[in-house]
Amino acid sequence: MSMPFYVSPEQVMADKAEFARKGVARGKPSLVIECDVGIMMMAENPSTLSKIGEIYDRVAFAGVGKFSEFDQLRKIGVRYADIKGYAYSRDDVRGRALANAYSQAVGDAFTQQLKPLEVEVVVVEVGDSTLAGHENNAIYRIQYDGSISDHHGYCVIGGAAEELSDFLSSRVRDGIPLGEAIGLGKSALERAAEGEPSVDVKNLEVCVLERERQGRKFVRLNSDRVGELLSA
Amino acid sequence: MQFRGSYQGSSFSELLAVDFSHLRLDWSDLAGGFDASAVPHGTTVMGFKYADGVIIAGDRLATMGHRVASRDMEKVYPTDAYSLIAIAGAAGPAVEMARLMRIELEHYEKIEGEPLELEGKANKLSQMVRQNMPAAMQGLGVVPLFAGYDRRRSAGRLWGYDLTGGRYEETDYAANGSGGIYAAESLKKTHRLDATREESLRMAVQALVDASDEDRATGGPDVVRGIYPIIDFCTQNGIERASEKEIETVFRAIIAEQTSRRRTAS
Repeated sequence: MSMPFYVSPEQVMADKAEFARKGVARGKPSLVIECDVGIMMMAENPSTLSKIGEIYDRVAFAGVGKFSEFDQLRKIGVRYADIKGYAYSRDDVRGRALANAYSQAVGDAFTQQLKPLEVEVVVVEVGDSTLAGHENNAIYRIQYDGSISDHHGYCVIGGAAEELSDFLSSRVRDGIPLGEAIGLGKSALERAAEGEPSVDVKNLEVCVLERERQGRKFVRLNSDRVGELLSA
Repeated sequence: MQFRGSYQGSSFSELLAVDFSHLRLDWSDLAGGFDASAVPHGTTVMGFKYADGVIIAGDRLATMGHRVASRDMEKVYPTDAYSLIAIAGAAGPAVEMARLMRIELEHYEKIEGEPLELEGKANKLSQMVRQNMPAAMQGLGVVPLFAGYDRRRSAGRLWGYDLTGGRYEETDYAANGSGGIYAAESLKKTHRLDATREESLRMAVQALVDASDEDRATGGPDVVRGIYPIIDFCTQNGIERASEKEIETVFRAIIAEQTSRRRTAS
């Protein structure tokens, strides 16, 4: 009778974590910054395949890592949000519940499947000043192993996330204007882009959850508008 | 709530059917003997094209048999920034259909990253009407109108439906519901494709006044309670709802004209 090789659970987890971390670090980082009009989300993305997406009226998503995997998570999130809003009310669709569901799903994949998801995602919810108890913004980051954390002011996911977080921590302040937030995000992404330190505006994917907009608050900014806001 | 289902496509109604069938009412299970007059019915909706795009209007009355069920029901709903649905028929399934249509369009846009073409939206609604056939057989039919501004073709477009999901693109105007035939008769005489916004508003109010005059289940403007028809314009700039004040002014002008015509005749 052949004996299966024994591998300690610690080793299995460490190997999976290293595999997933490497996968995530290969991609370019994405970031979110709270600003005067709401929440700004930014990714360096020369392709037409989006890294940032609308989930619901006040909730949005950004992912890094393997496109097929985080885009699948985005779609699951849209289905979850639309069903919840249909079964209950539009105001019942909240970022925290979605972030928790992501955390469960990504965590389950990490422990149960041979190959963990090579992704990191962020779920943001912009506050609504007219709804008591819903006034505040919320930012949740979910990592490849399902670990979840909440953030205030800003959040970075993907390669060099820690370094960029340090860069932003001393520069982001409350109520920073949108144009300035975009400028700050751009300089942060430029620090991550080794060898080609200038990021072309055309390669920036920028979306905003606008607090004062009625209904669906998610807006995708085209590169002309981003250029305008940067030079303002 | 289930987080990850088996459905992988981009249609919300299919998602409901596949993974969340408990949230849908399956009419095919309900046996006959249902008294359709025991539920509210919405009555008259209409729409027509004009110079800037398309206009959609509906009265506010819902009836249960000979009773008033609601005096301020809404029958016109924006389904996205450039399209609208107007519903006539059994109020419950009709309002639900309008709501599902809105979610359907938004869901598709979010999953796919771009909205459906206007024609695609109209076709989707046709499937939804067809799915309501079992309910229609029990007297709970829904007959919507669908309109929108087609930004690829720079034109307002309008569709009418029948109970079987039949879809008919209209070149000029369309009307549905119990008073629809009278509204259509009125529009037949007044409608012009090159009408301005003001002229269109007047045509719409006139058609609804004519419909409410002949059809007891259609509500005309209610100046006592301050309830006015809902009239939406859809143009290249999106959807704009006519204000109550504006409709009241037009309505009073129509009444004044009719009154003076009768006086002159006698």
